[in-house]
Amino acid sequence: MTELLRADHLTRHFKIGGRLAGGTLHAVDDVSFAIGEREIVALAGESGSGKSTVARLLARVYPPTSGTVTYFDESGTGKPLSALRSRRDALRYSAQVPMVFQDPFSSLHPVFRASHGVLRALKLHRPELSAAERRAEAARAFDVVGLGAGMLDRYPHELSGGQRQRVGFAQALATRPRLILADEPVSMLDTSIRIGLLNLMAKLRDDEGVSILYITHDIASARYVADRLIVMYAGQIAETGPVEDVLAAPRHPYTQLLLSAVPDPKAPPPSLEAMAAAAGERGEPPKVIDPRPGCRFQPRCPVATDLCATVTPELLPLGSGEAACHVAQSDVEVKAFS
Amino acid sequence: MLEVSGLTVEYAATGNAGGGNPVRAVDDVSLDVKPGEFVGIVGESGCGKSTLLFAIARLLSPPAVVTAGSVTFRGENLVSMTERRLNAIRWQNLSVVMQSAMNALNPVMSVGAQFADALRAHGTSSRKAVAARSAEVLRLVGIDAVHLGSYPHQLSGGMRQRAMIAMALLFTPDLVIMDEPTSALDVVAQRSLMTQIKELQRELGFAVIFVTHDMSLVSHYSDRLVVMYAGQVAEAGLTRRIFDRPLHPYSRGLLEAFPSIRGAKVHLSGIPGAPPDLSVIQNGCRFSPRCPAKLPACETTAPALLDREGTSVRCLLYDPAPAPATAASLSLTRPRQSRRRRND
Repeated sequence: MTELLRADHLTRHFKIGGRLAGGTLHAVDDVSFAIGEREIVALAGESGSGKSTVARLLARVYPPTSGTVTYFDESGTGKPLSALRSRRDALRYSAQVPMVFQDPFSSLHPVFRASHGVLRALKLHRPELSAAERRAEAARAFDVVGLGAGMLDRYPHELSGGQRQRVGFAQALATRPRLILADEPVSMLDTSIRIGLLNLMAKLRDDEGVSILYITHDIASARYVADRLIVMYAGQIAETGPVEDVLAAPRHPYTQLLLSAVPDPKAPPPSLEAMAAAAGERGEPPKVIDPRPGCRFQPRCPVATDLCATVTPELLPLGSGEAACHVAQSDVEVKAFS
Repeated sequence: MLEVSGLTVEYAATGNAGGGNPVRAVDDVSLDVKPGEFVGIVGESGCGKSTLLFAIARLLSPPAVVTAGSVTFRGENLVSMTERRLNAIRWQNLSVVMQSAMNALNPVMSVGAQFADALRAHGTSSRKAVAARSAEVLRLVGIDAVHLGSYPHQLSGGMRQRAMIAMALLFTPDLVIMDEPTSALDVVAQRSLMTQIKELQRELGFAVIFVTHDMSLVSHYSDRLVVMYAGQVAEAGLTRRIFDRPLHPYSRGLLEAFPSIRGAKVHLSGIPGAPPDLSVIQNGCRFSPRCPAKLPACETTAPALLDREGTSVRCLLYDPAPAPATAASLSLTRPRQSRRRRND
């Protein structure tokens, strides 16, 4: 795998509360992962698990509290994001690593035509193009995402949700990106339209050679489109690996819990007793404020040991992936939820 | 117990919006709910499912108006009922759980105070009785009674939703109407809440109308399912039957639009296109522009709701004798005007 971007011990804390009752929210804590060329990496987790914070750190919305993100340019030389000091470097990075937002209804400006965002991005990032070339390039981007050239002059209110989100991808695509950060790009769309967008993401990877960090809470869609899966829990990575391997043999108890809760409409319905037994787990992800060492899933974990309560498990290679679980690492087969 | 027949709801057009046509958000929907049943209503945004639910609970406010049809609840027509009678029925016999608990609960009142408010409004005046009943329903949904003193922001998302359900159960109603109560929760909390609703239902015997856009969510929990498209019932029948053998091309498309986490990975295509604009009156089947199994007649003939193997389906594919196009276009010009404003 040729690395495109690597995060090492990425950490982001937020100060919350007043002076007396204040604390530090550990939104992202010691997260390390890499994204290779031409791959879709799914970052999955519940709300509050820190997955959007990771995307914002990569997009340089705010700097990390500690840790580094290294970006490898076309020549393969890596440079930490903190070293992007000049405006030219910063612009180049944001052109190559653009973001697609969750809500297609609020991320397009209602008084400008659909082409506006694409043309603005082109003007900023590729000033050498003439107005006619910009328009041609915008038409190309629209074509790639499956919108006709006629859509360029439409206003956002004339477009459906799916079409708006395609405009979002066209905007990202216009600047010749290498990695698109897509923060829940389909969660606001109707089910019948979602698949079209997921297929578009796969097409961008296969035809345009773009890598995508696909942030989602929907494991099934992650499986459908992604090559690798990163499961986050309470600001840390619980498990990562090739998506099929993780789903076939989840090692971390949290991954097992997550998978067991996904409804399977094709299976016959279980009895109410079986459902009640499976849903007996009523814990909730913790708010990570001034945490003590120890596994953050330990209070909900049926297989936790004394070690789990005191020592934070490290993310270590396990099978074809990695898992941060003391029990799984001790060569015991974990079967916490099924 | 609840019988909805021919219910039609229109949003009056203001100014030039929608070309001056009223938007018919719910069109001739019939539905019945038996005691203790769990009925799921699924559909995409804009299909009229929330409007239908609001119309059943009579919570619609202008510009939405019920223009035809009736809602009969325990032998009484809710549509034409007086406010006074309605006040007695609401919450006592029929309660509603809203989508967003954060917005539906009052942020500056403790949970217990909100429970007490509802109890007093319906005639439970003794402080002791109020406290006892509040604690009882809260325990019913698995929350410790100490949280009666908590404010909504002190509860997690899942607990807030549970508190909402507890509130709906204050008077052991016959029917609880739920509008996507789980949409703000993650899968784990979602499953636990759904199971809890089922358990409570078995224990207390109330019926549930559950509105959601997520078909897979109700697959294991609902007895019957109503699939709505563009304001109409596309298909209605037993949940298992629809999941095993969907008849309407739209339900088929919806079911095939879900990637699965089990089994072989297959390429899916979803349903192309977008739902129609309801302010434009469309001839023929409303799903026909997106339908993969379209017949020539679909563009001109509006399909009726047919009964096939115990399942109602609105599709010409199942019509034994599709009406000739000319006759169909005649029948389409049925006097829409006369059906308007029958109520109020």
